Amino acid sequence: MRERNNIFNNIDWTLVILYLVLVVMGWLNIYAAVYNEDYNNIFDITQSYGKQVIWILSSLFLALLILLTHPRFFSTFAYLIYGFMVVLLVVVLGIGTEISGSKSWFQIGGFGLQPAEFAKFATTLALAKFFNGQHLNLSLPKNKMIPLLIIGIPAILILLQNDTGSALVYSSFILVLYRMGLSGNFLLAGLMVVAISITTLMVGTLYVVILLVVITALLFIFIKRNRRNIATVIAILIMGIGLTYSVEMGVEKFLGDHQKARINVLLGKTLDPQGVGYNVNQSKIAIGSGGFFGKGYLNGTQTKYNFVPEQSTDFIFCTVGEEWGFLGSTVVIVLFMLLLLRIIMVAERQRSEFSKVYGYGVASILFFHFMVNIGMTIGLVPVIGIPLPFFSYGGSSLWAFTILLFIFIKQDMNRNALL
Amino acid sequence: MAQKSNVSRQQTVLAIFLVIGAIYIIRLFYIQVIDKSYTLSANNNVLRYVTQYPARGLIYDRNGKLLVYNEAVYDLMVLPAQVGEIDTVEFCNLLQIPVEGFRERLNKARKYSKYKPSLFEKQISKETYGFLEEKMYKYKGFFVQPRTLRKYPKPIGAHLFGYVGEVTQSMIDRNPYYKSGDYIGINGIEKSYEEVLRGKKGLKIKMVDVHNREVGSYADGRFDTTSVMGQDLYLSIDGELQEYGEQLMTGKMGSIVAIEPASGEILAFISSPSYDPNLLVGRVRGKNFKLLTEDPVKPLLNRAMMGAYPPGSTFKMVTDLVGLQEGLLTTQTRYTCQGPGSSPIRCTHNHQSPLDVLVAIQQSCNPFHWLVFRSIITGGGHGSIRNNYVAWRKHVISLGFGKKLGTDIQSELSGNIPSAETFDKIYGKGRWNAMTIRSLSIGQGEILVTPLQLANYAALMANRGQYIVPHVVKSIGNQNSKTAPFQRHISTIDRQHFEIAIEGMRQVATLGTAKWYQIEGITMAGKTGTAENPHGEDHSLYMAFAPEDNPKIAIAVVIENAGFGSTWALPIASLMIEKYINREVKRTDLEERMISSKLIN
Repeated sequence: MRERNNIFNNIDWTLVILYLVLVVMGWLNIYAAVYNEDYNNIFDITQSYGKQVIWILSSLFLALLILLTHPRFFSTFAYLIYGFMVVLLVVVLGIGTEISGSKSWFQIGGFGLQPAEFAKFATTLALAKFFNGQHLNLSLPKNKMIPLLIIGIPAILILLQNDTGSALVYSSFILVLYRMGLSGNFLLAGLMVVAISITTLMVGTLYVVILLVVITALLFIFIKRNRRNIATVIAILIMGIGLTYSVEMGVEKFLGDHQKARINVLLGKTLDPQGVGYNVNQSKIAIGSGGFFGKGYLNGTQTKYNFVPEQSTDFIFCTVGEEWGFLGSTVVIVLFMLLLLRIIMVAERQRSEFSKVYGYGVASILFFHFMVNIGMTIGLVPVIGIPLPFFSYGGSSLWAFTILLFIFIKQDMNRNALL
Repeated sequence: MAQKSNVSRQQTVLAIFLVIGAIYIIRLFYIQVIDKSYTLSANNNVLRYVTQYPARGLIYDRNGKLLVYNEAVYDLMVLPAQVGEIDTVEFCNLLQIPVEGFRERLNKARKYSKYKPSLFEKQISKETYGFLEEKMYKYKGFFVQPRTLRKYPKPIGAHLFGYVGEVTQSMIDRNPYYKSGDYIGINGIEKSYEEVLRGKKGLKIKMVDVHNREVGSYADGRFDTTSVMGQDLYLSIDGELQEYGEQLMTGKMGSIVAIEPASGEILAFISSPSYDPNLLVGRVRGKNFKLLTEDPVKPLLNRAMMGAYPPGSTFKMVTDLVGLQEGLLTTQTRYTCQGPGSSPIRCTHNHQSPLDVLVAIQQSCNPFHWLVFRSIITGGGHGSIRNNYVAWRKHVISLGFGKKLGTDIQSELSGNIPSAETFDKIYGKGRWNAMTIRSLSIGQGEILVTPLQLANYAALMANRGQYIVPHVVKSIGNQNSKTAPFQRHISTIDRQHFEIAIEGMRQVATLGTAKWYQIEGITMAGKTGTAENPHGEDHSLYMAFAPEDNPKIAIAVVIENAGFGSTWALPIASLMIEKYINREVKRTDLEERMISSKLIN
């Protein structure tokens, strides 16, 4: 490996450039979102866009450090890093600072760090390590349990911090598991769970139960060949009905009023434009009023005058939609699509299972953030407070996503090696 | 096999990504390009339309003296969503409102909208606002909107000016110019000149942030319109004369109307009892309006135009003029009067007999005028009694009676000169004659005139048979501009006949009932009237113009239930004429007696 002398050899420039484009676009939109004529210098570090410059520069530095590590560093220390992060997640429960309801922050000087953000890449590393080098038979119970534990432990710890959004991100690993051989039925089952839950919340338990029974009966009548599967079908039916009731019970018993209200607004069961639905409604107004070409950079009125809440963090896409219109929004979505496709493509060319699994993890996490974040701003997904990768203002999230992506780029530079 | 499965799994994952991406792009296309309602909502979010209320035009008298102006007041507005913890007791004390009402007002505003301003307390005075302003920073969610209210330097002219109030829903429905909260002239010239006085509302479009703070004007004010103040009115009213007349009328019920004969300009327009127009302004209007409505002497009634009285003896010249015009009366005509023993109408005055028309006017002889009237109705040349009456009535109406004169002040009554049809209805067709309707000859019976008509009649006499519609506005905008000319009416009576009637009226003032109230250096031509009133004491009337040879003022005075015309209406009119022509009154004893007399029980 002569080329190791030059650290930029073998680097996947497509990914790096996509990363840089997204980060810079994010920074410009943060500037527009909190634009203030009194502080119109985009480098003014008393303002969040000025601070974001620091985050971007430090992220680039982190990226460089990662590229300079030994090729086997991350595969060797994967479990150690994972263990360290789990410890941090436990510690933050004890001595962390509570910010807007979530006890998930370490306050260091003026800056807050959120271990949950970094636990994502650590979990991905651990998962990749587990699948490395061996052709695992996923039908063995042991091999099913261990990845579930790797994913489940940080997810539950984050849930305990009352950061539901970040915890939900871990469900995205189902895509990794699927790629590594998990039966497609699980994806289907997952889809069905979502479908049944939503239908239950919308039309009520009784109708869903009737619907399930009718569908089962129809299947039973028309598919005569597979009679021996009767037991399975009935088992699924019973599980479905059970799920229906548990969804209703779960919502009643475990969800807070504000969560219930958010769900009801999203499902269109209640209209409350000034209350719970306010964020989503204002967000849709901001994006919708952008039109085809947008209102022009710094000309957005909805975001500038604070009609949209958390516009530089979770609702940064509103600024894109309002000022750049349908054109700009589409560009952002296409950029994310290109990034995801490129990651999958790069992952598939890895010789090492570790790098491939890690790549799928990166794609899954980015995809989940993309789907939930943009989905909530256009009213397709409930409001779950997670950032838009590379766009949203915030040090922890930018650092974490940079680390997540650049470890993958680093692994790819050694794509021909078996780690 | 495994390879193929892996490829398809890779494709499944890619497909999931792409499907979500595609759904989001379609969704964005829908809300950004197809559905326009979001753009509308965005404008409603950000733009606040602030009405700029213009001040109403000012009103001056004929000498340029200010009669009506504006005073700044403040409407206190509230934005319920922003109202925080405030010291309600202190707040309500500053506003001088009961503390209990605070919640109620706030809830009412909340019910309308939490995010749009609504009126909390209207028309706070400058003084109250002064105290409030210092502490305004403490009351988050409240702000003031400047408005203007009418203010009258002198408590005169209430019926003339009318008053201004808030528009009602039915007014808004009728006229789209008005929006809730606008002011409008409700009566008097405030109503008849509303479109001139109100000016033009302006609109400022401001941008607000989510806290409803103003953050600048929309599109640099390109779509803003500025408000334009209403145009000023210059009245023909003589403010001093108006004030003097109101003073003279204190404690009396009735009216004075004075007109400049040559122009038809109204010099004074008094209805008594009156009220201070400042009472019907602003926050106190509702309460005071109720008190005035309930007052048994009806101070809100504009008696100068909406009071109709029998003209009594002031009408006798009309009878004579028609007789002269119809050729049934000449200066040579003499009738005998049997004094109190006359039939069918008694004479109340002691005078020579037989007598001619001049003495008959001077002495206000009832039998003479009855006989003239009888000759018109019975011996006229129109073919029948009914036709003769119709001809008589036509002459009377041409003298400005029995119809609305068309003045520029609101709400005029037409009075009454009964039609032949009316008598047909009362007595049956062909079953009435001069005898039946004899009271008309001396201004009694069904005849009713308004003080304005009576003053106009005096002006017509002064003009020898012509009058210009009496009006109160001389010019609009600036003192020299001319209003559209008011119509000139010419009566059906020839000019020379007026000379005879006027000579009679001059003798009234020098030899007859008015001789005790002659003004030094000024010759009046006038006629008193004592109108029988079925509801109580007689009304005291007088109509006159002066100077007789060069008329500058024509006047009518009506004092209700005051008895003889010569006791009250005549001296008051003579004081008014003296005041107007000489600018000062020398007869201070008479003045004092008139002002201090209270004729209302």
